[in-house]
Amino acid sequence: MRIVVCVKHVPDMASDPGFTADHRVDRDGVQGRLSELDEHAVEQALRVLDAAPDTHLTYLTVGPAAAAEALRRALAMGGHAAVHVSDDAIAGSDAPATALVLAAALRRLEPDLVLCAMASTDGGTSLVPAMLAEHLALPQLTFAAELTVEPGTATVRIRRDGSRATEELRATLPAVVSVTDRTGEARYPSFKGIMAAKKKPLETWNLADLGVPADQVGAGAARTVVDAITARPPRTAGTALPDEGEGGLRLADFLSGQKFV
Amino acid sequence: MSEILVLVEHVEGQVKKVTLELLTLARTLGTPSAVWAGPGYSAEAQAKLAEHGAEKVYVADSADISDYVVAPKAELLAQLVSEKSPAAVLVAATAEAKEIAGRLAIKIDSGVLTDAVGVGDGLVADQSIFGGGVNVHSRVTKGTPIIAVRPNATPVEAAAGAGTEERVSVTVSDAARAARVVERVKEEKGARPELTEAAIVVSGGRGVGSAENFAVIERLADSLGAAVGASRAATDAGWYPHQFQVGQTGKTVSPQLYIAAGISGAIQHRAGMQTAKTIVAVNKDPEAPIFELADFGVVGDLHQVVPQLTDEISKRK
Ligand SMILES: Cc1cc2nc3c(=O)[nH]c(=O)nc-3n(C[C@H](O)[C@H](O)[C@H](O)COP(=O)(O)OP(=O)(O)OC[C@H]3O[C@@H](n4cnc5c(N)ncnc54)[C@H](O)[C@@H]3O)c2cc1C
Ligand SMILES: Cc1cc2nc3c(=O)[nH]c(=O)nc-3n(C[C@H](O)[C@H](O)[C@H](O)COP(=O)(O)OP(=O)(O)OC[C@H]3O[C@@H](n4cnc5c(N)ncnc54)[C@H](O)[C@@H]3O)c2cc1C
Repeated sequence: MRIVVCVKHVPDMASDPGFTADHRVDRDGVQGRLSELDEHAVEQALRVLDAAPDTHLTYLTVGPAAAAEALRRALAMGGHAAVHVSDDAIAGSDAPATALVLAAALRRLEPDLVLCAMASTDGGTSLVPAMLAEHLALPQLTFAAELTVEPGTATVRIRRDGSRATEELRATLPAVVSVTDRTGEARYPSFKGIMAAKKKPLETWNLADLGVPADQVGAGAARTVVDAITARPPRTAGTALPDEGEGGLRLADFLSGQKFV
Repeated sequence: MSEILVLVEHVEGQVKKVTLELLTLARTLGTPSAVWAGPGYSAEAQAKLAEHGAEKVYVADSADISDYVVAPKAELLAQLVSEKSPAAVLVAATAEAKEIAGRLAIKIDSGVLTDAVGVGDGLVADQSIFGGGVNVHSRVTKGTPIIAVRPNATPVEAAAGAGTEERVSVTVSDAARAARVVERVKEEKGARPELTEAAIVVSGGRGVGSAENFAVIERLADSLGAAVGASRAATDAGWYPHQFQVGQTGKTVSPQLYIAAGISGAIQHRAGMQTAKTIVAVNKDPEAPIFELADFGVVGDLHQVVPQLTDEISKRK
């Protein structure tokens, strides 16, 4: 069985990234990392590999040169190979263009299972997995809290906790699956894993390799445009009273004052 | 005026509040048409949509539509977009509807904007990003704009529309039937308002200490007619069901009042609640980051403060 995990290199949100003049996330001088949520997708793939060692596991990212770091990090956790799609023309792509490029790479990689996380930690739109399923005409099983892959019968099942019901979904492979942080702790790369990752094959592909016309991606082809960005005024700390036996009463006063009571 | 499609959110035949918000918003942009997908449609539902301005109600209520995850709903909307040429498609910014929006965008080759907290003239969306810290004005520049709007972003106002029913027949493709819902276990629908729609949310975190102790949070919530939320630490511990988790990987809430008890205020929790109008915190640690955003805080033991507050509210009512 072949698994491809789509991983995104994102700015570390703890470092509070700003924006460039053309309204993109300013990645200069901001620490980048493998999206924390993608680590859960990597973990789920590694669990399949642990159980079925003939599984072949590839990581795929679309992004600038630095995005290779995310691939190395994933390879250090385990797996076999990585593909980095990088091309200057991709800069400024929106979700449909990103999905178009990922889908083209996935067609070449021909996985039985495409794994994603429920959302990236920067854009966080959750659009990409659904768009991949649409492009590739594959079943989509998304927001998995639990994932079971049965290579024997070529089926995949997930459980997910919707806001109205807990659902069990099933599809025949190939399929696109996205996982949540509820699927379980992601492993840390070992020292041995980090060393081994340096020797694992990492290929770089450009748009021409994939046959994707450059005018279908990037800022020029974006189907959305950002006109303005404003930081919300930061919330300011109000009053904080120590509880000296009447904290609840003072809180009730505050809520009455605000007409909540 | 140009037609604006609004995908209806419904549970057990009941139209959800967010749909009434979307219809209210759609009236400022054009003429709203509601799109009902899946079983449960009734004259009562039609009336509710009409009361809030739906001129037309497109209905495709076969069971197929809800048995195959999101793909059939995207097919239905794509069909309506090609037949009716609407000016825009509005959906609620829920996990499911955002996915429908994503698939629709590929089908009709249009742009899509998620997590809008407002949509103004020229279909310019006000997007809330980076966990509510930044607002972005954005537009769709290609195709039929698809915009996913957050619940609780627009106050509901009634205004009658004709509500003319139009049946739509969709043939769900084989591809759309590829992922099947094999089992659906309904969550108990409690008496409390739904988390993302509630005007007041009372949330408990690790400081609550146990599943039993969540009764303290529930009692306060009930005295205020509020929904109950929880931090991931509390849901991971199994103290409260996961669907009540607030934050980056849980629900985004934007209530008038958010009360955080025994929650430290980690960045991932803040991402789900910092656009609340008023924030109140109870935490025994004066250094807890939650106090940086709280309009009012009490530094103390929640097991003392919260029951005292609940009693006092009951007295004052
Ligand atoms: C704050 C912000 C808001 C945005 N809003 C919009 C919007 O409303 N509409 C729009 O069209 N675009 C939007 N974008 C652009 C969009 O984020 C990017 O195009 C991005 O490449 C894909 O979307 P995402 O980050 O939201 O991914 P999501 O769809 O949230 O990602 C889910 C999963 O898809 C996979 N994945 C996503 N991107 C990649 C990648 N580059 N390489 C490999 N795997 C990947 C990963 O498994 C990831 O966990 C926004 C960007 C930012 C920074
Ligand atoms: C990718 C990712 C996604 C995440 N998504 C989410 C998410 O969606 N939602 C979320 O909440 N978290 C999320 N987290 C986890 C988040 O980082 C925090 O770990 C979590 O929010 C902590 O929950 P807490 O505040 O309840 O617990 P803690 O951080 O342990 O804080 C407990 C607080 O309770 C106080 N306290 C203890 N006892 C009492 C008492 N008797 N009275 C009063 N106060 C008391 C303590 O002083 C402390 O401040 C995510 C993390 C990651 C990495």
